[in-house]
Order: sequence, then C-alpha cells, then structure tokens
Amino acid sequence: MTRPTPEVLAHRAHAAHPAGPATPTPAAPKVARTEETLTGAQILVRSLEALGADVVFGIPGGAILPAYDPLYDSQNVRHILVRHEQGAGHAATGYAQATGKVGVCMATSGPGATNLVTPIADAYMDSVGIVAITGQVSSAAIGTDAFQEADIQGITLPITKHNYLVKTGEDIPRVLAEAFHLAGTGRPGPVLVDIPKDVLQNQATFAWPPTLDLPGYHPTLHPHGKQIREAARMIVAAKRPVLYVGGGVLKAKASEELRRLAELTGCPVVTTLMALGAFPDSHEQHLGMPGMHGTVSAVYSLQKADLLVCLGARFDDRVTGKLSTFAPNAAIIHADIDPAEIGKNRAADVPIVGDAKFVIEELITAITAEHAAGHTGDLAAWWTTLNDIRDRYPVGYEEPPDGTLSPQRVIQRIGQLVGPDAIYAAGVGQHQMWASQFISFEHPATWLNSGGAGTMGYAVPAAMGAKVGQPDKVVWAIDGDGCFQMTNQELATCALEGIPIKVAVINNGNLGMVRQWQTLFYDQRYSNTDLGTHKHRIPDFVKLAEALGCVGLRCENAADLDNTIEAAMQINDRPVVIDFVVGKDAMVWPMVAAGTSNDEIMFARGLRPTFEQDDI
Amino acid sequence: MTTHTLSVLVENKPGILARVAGLFARRGFNIDSLAVGETEHPEVSRMTIVVNAEDSPLEQVTKQLNKLVHVLKIVELDATASVQRELLLIKVRAERPMRSQVLETVQLFRARVVDVAPDALTIEATGTAEKLDALIRDLEPYGIKEMVQSGAVAIGRGSRSITTGPALRAAS
Repeated sequence: MTRPTPEVLAHRAHAAHPAGPATPTPAAPKVARTEETLTGAQILVRSLEALGADVVFGIPGGAILPAYDPLYDSQNVRHILVRHEQGAGHAATGYAQATGKVGVCMATSGPGATNLVTPIADAYMDSVGIVAITGQVSSAAIGTDAFQEADIQGITLPITKHNYLVKTGEDIPRVLAEAFHLAGTGRPGPVLVDIPKDVLQNQATFAWPPTLDLPGYHPTLHPHGKQIREAARMIVAAKRPVLYVGGGVLKAKASEELRRLAELTGCPVVTTLMALGAFPDSHEQHLGMPGMHGTVSAVYSLQKADLLVCLGARFDDRVTGKLSTFAPNAAIIHADIDPAEIGKNRAADVPIVGDAKFVIEELITAITAEHAAGHTGDLAAWWTTLNDIRDRYPVGYEEPPDGTLSPQRVIQRIGQLVGPDAIYAAGVGQHQMWASQFISFEHPATWLNSGGAGTMGYAVPAAMGAKVGQPDKVVWAIDGDGCFQMTNQELATCALEGIPIKVAVINNGNLGMVRQWQTLFYDQRYSNTDLGTHKHRIPDFVKLAEALGCVGLRCENAADLDNTIEAAMQINDRPVVIDFVVGKDAMVWPMVAAGTSNDEIMFARGLRPTFEQDDI
Repeated sequence: MTTHTLSVLVENKPGILARVAGLFARRGFNIDSLAVGETEHPEVSRMTIVVNAEDSPLEQVTKQLNKLVHVLKIVELDATASVQRELLLIKVRAERPMRSQVLETVQLFRARVVDVAPDALTIEATGTAEKLDALIRDLEPYGIKEMVQSGAVAIGRGSRSITTGPALRAAS
C-alpha cells in the first residue's frame, strides 16, 4: 500500500506501523497479570493494543478527546481520521468483512455517536463484528440534557448485540475485552462501548488480562450428533435437494468445507447475496443467487426442491418472496449458530444449532458413513431439469437501444479485467444487484455489501476499510451516483491516508432502483428520482474526484470502456474515481416483485419463464 | 391466544429491565404483567413475565430473550405445576352502615385491612388473578376509591429449583 501523505505522517508520532501485536486472547490464562495506575484514556488505548486492534476509524470531539491524547502516542494502533462518523462505522465493517477480525470505530458523544447509528444498524443486520467506542458527557452531567449529550446506549439497544455504559476506569479492560469477544464470536455483531469523559480523565488501576464476566453468553458451536445423522439420512434420500447457503458460511470461514460437502453430495448450491464468494461462481454445481434478483435456476431450484439444506441463512423476505408459497414441497434442514433464526420465518424439520464449519464437517462425516452403507442419492433427473433451465435462462442483458453505455457491461468488464482476487464493495441499488450478477466471485471475503439494511452510501467507506485491512489486495467500490453522493467525502480520507481504492460510479443520473419500480409499478411517473448528474452534470464527478485528491476519469461509450478500466488499474498511488455515464433505462432482471411468489419470477419485462410440465 | 408465565433469571445489571421490556415491544408483544426482584443470589434478579401469545411467536420471543447477554435462564411455568400470586391494595368506601358488610367480604377472601379511615378501609389481598378479580367484583358495589395491583410472581411446585445450575453459579 502507498504511504499516507507527508503531512499526515508528520502529524503522527509513529511513521512506521508495525503489523500489530500478536493477538492475545483476553481469556488466555497463563499471561502474567500486570497492574499500574493510568488514566481511563490510557487504559482504553492500552486495552485496544492488548486486544490487537491495529486500526481505529474515528473523529475526535469534546467527550472522547481525552482518549485521543494517548492514542497520539500509540505505536500499535493506527487511527484513521475520517470525515463523517458514518464513514468510520462502515469502514470498520468493511475492515471486519475483509479480514475476519473485529473492526473498531470511535466517535464523540451526541451527534458523533448518533452518526454511528446507521453503520451500527447495518452491521447488526449483516452480523458483522465491530466495536464502536463513543465518548459520553461526564457522569455527573448524564441525564441533564448536557451539551452534546445523547443516550447512545438507549438508542442502540435494538441494533447492537450488546452495549455498555462504563462506570469506572477499572472496568475499561474487562468491558473492551468482553466487547471484542461478543462482537467476534457466536453470531457476530456490533457492540457499543460508551465512556463518560470523567472516566477517561480519572486515574484508575489498569490490570491486564481482565477476566470476562459473561455468565449468560455461551454460543453453541458444535451441533447435536443426532440432528446431524438425521440430516445426513435426509440428504442422501432426497430426490431434489438444494444447499441454500448464507453469510454464516463466510463468517465461519467454512468455504472449503462447503465445497467438499457439495462435491460429496452432488447437490446444487445457491448462495445468497451475503454469501457470494462462499462457493465459486464458476463451479458447475453453483446455480447462482436466489431471491428477488436471483437467477431463474436458483429461484426455481428452491421452489421445486424436496429438501432445502439451509446453512447460515435466514429465510429473508428478499429470498423467499411471499413466504406462504416459498419452497412448498421442501423439507427443511436449518443450521444456524443463532437458535432464534431457526423456525423464525419457516419451520424447520431438522433444526441444527452450531457453527457452520463444524456443522458442515460433521455432515460430511455422517454422509460419508451413509454412502459407505450404500445409501447414495441419484440426482441425475434433478440435474437434467436444472441444467435445462440454467441453459434457457442465463443471466444476461440487452444492449440499450439508444446506444448509451450499458451499466451491466461496465460492471461485467470490471469483473473480467480486474479478476476474482480483488475485493468488491457495492452500494445499494441496481448497481449492487448487477455487481452480484455479473462479477464472478470465486473466493470468500471478496464481496462486501449492505445486504440486510440496504444502506446507500456503504461502498466507499467499506472499500476504504477493506483496503486498510487488506493493503495488498486491489479494492473496487462499485457505486451508484445516488449512493456516491452520500459518502464520497471519505475519498479525502483515502487520498490523505494513502488508501488507493478504485471507485466505479455507475452514473445513470437517477436513483436507478427506485426509478425501476416507478417504471414497473407507478405508471412511469418519475417522482424525485432524477438526480441531475446527467442533465446538468452536477456534481461533475471527475472534478469532484480531483477536488478530493483522487484521479478522476470518465467513460461515456463502449469503445473506451476497457481502456478506462485499464487506466484505473495502473494507478496505485492515489484513489481513482471513474464516472461511467450509462443509460438510465436499464433494469435489473430477473425479478420477483416484492410481496409476490417466487413462482411469479419474471425473466425480463413481460417475460415469464416457461417450465416444462414435468418440471413441476 | 393463551396466557404464558415466564420466569426469567437475569444478571442484576443496570438497564436490564429496559432491554427485556424493549425486546417484547419490538417484537410486537404486549406484556400483561411484569414483576422483578432479587433472588437468593444477590447478583441474580428474577422477572416474572405474563404474556398472551400463541406458542410459535412465544418461542421466537423466548429465543430472542435468551440472546440478551444478561439473561441467564428462562423457564416457562405451567399454571398447574406452579404457584402464582399477585398483590392487591384497594381503598373502598366504608361508612358506618356498610362497614360490617365490607369487613365480611374481607374475611371471606382472607384479605386484611391495612388502613382505616372514618369513611374508608384500605384492604390488602394476595392471590391468583382470578381470586383478586372476584374480590374486586364483590367490593365494587361499596365504591372503589383507588386500587393498585402488582404483577404476578410465580414459583414452581415441588422441591426442584430453577435457580441452580452452572450459569447461576457463575453469576453469583
């Protein structure tokens, strides 16, 4: 990775960052316990160092200010000064998704903390382990409507896995160790730690390692053997099974195990939006993504299955369509680390609570035993049907009749030229769906997006966080012109801190997905979806990029497409923004309209797939 | 819809009541009553939550409740295998001519008079919701000036205890 600008370095006490300390586990028993008297702020920074947090994304302000003083001296914790707290939160999420480690963001009290609410909610919906540290007004002022006071613990109660208001400096090491533990284990999720200013300022005893005090927290990792054996029997007996794979498989780092399970059973695999990369797109058993904009073959396979093996997915409405008509003939094996997901939307015939890695490993063992006993399924007829549908209804697009640049083609060419080793972060909308459809994902942790919350503006800060966590990887943000205008300020952070991401703005001049719904469901009455980025070129994304310290490029026709992408690929000392001016009429297909049945999937506008009689 | 009584053992930590009550509201449940107090372990509080719900949504809310880090254990108490009590304080008009009849009702329900005024009596009664409802109904004709009721508390019958187990030991 390139270095930050000299000015940034000059402001930092430590020019060279070591890779970070070896990560000590807070519960590690044999470490000699040390004790000394420090300020709460120093204890906070020392705890972060001891927990192996090598990067913090944040912005200082009144209440958190004491923490920034010792942070200035830290040799191990790199603080990245963002331009908006929302950027800090999404960056922590991007960092966590790209590295598998816990991401950290920091903000001051009041508006600083409330600006973290959206990324915290986003991380909660997508089960990403982040720790948000916020300053709070002094203990004596809490509850008095003091300047910059907000009850951030109360506000984030429904969108955190857990949260804390720290009462004394002595509690900081334990609370932080618990926060990291909670964020990163079980079903990961965001944890907020709110620390009043006086707690940061006052002296306290720093003792490390702390003892975790979580008597009510025991995630179940290993599945029940009886359930596994029952699941294995059902899998080998099924005629039309499908492995329905969700983000839990990525969180469990179980891609290799999944591949072995798929090849052992010969089952078709569908990967949800959160699971892209968990199973190679190029694998012949992969039918693609199910759901509202999934492939016809993936949606069809779920609808016609006699058995769904759901691994770390949650029967989200964007996957099931109208729930009462979803997979009507399928028995359900549902494995998840979170027992509350099982049976929430769809009753499970075989519930399995456990970590996806252990679940899949034990399924492989049990299925191997079934095979040894002569019980092997015959999926030849199922595959004949599925292959036929896959051949007849491939994911594709038509070039726009008006000769404008096709957004799908832009995204597809980026994927082809940049390749599957890069990390792609998307915003939310049409460009996100096209990225999920037209980029070939081959490896885990290469696709970052806001799946559950659907947070516009996610791409740029998430790409920034991913690039900080994986400096040797190429990181592309695939963004829309609407999303880009929500969080592009973080490109200033990227330019100054030496974080050379690439941003492809798929600029159709409109809030494209909303416009698509207006086209389909609101009589083409385009209320408030034209952003003016075409008509008036406001803002001019090339000039904006340059103003933010990036290289700005523009591409308006297919002839320049490859050259422009390749030019961006050559620039590695600064962030690059490419304004891809594309047609506004392209739509995302296939589509299952919201609230309708998956059976009513449309392959293209006005075009329902036809299935052979015996298919059904 | 059926009435369910949940005994929820929680760590005695600030904000736990808001976490539990908020979760019920968020998931669309109305709590009929909620009572909370200490247990024989000072670090552990016990909530008795009475809720009206179908079995399947109740299972979901119980699982969500279990995900709260400070929740240690949840047990659903069967009405027939547990003792459930509520406390009622009720202020009834009782001028001289009516007073003896009011006192007779108090006796019948094994309630107690806890405060006396020239024209009113304050009565304390414990019992099941049904018994207290009956008492209120019988006192109504005399004129109820004010009343207050606690949520139900409940405990299982027999010698078994729900406050033993590894999670509880770790917390206390």
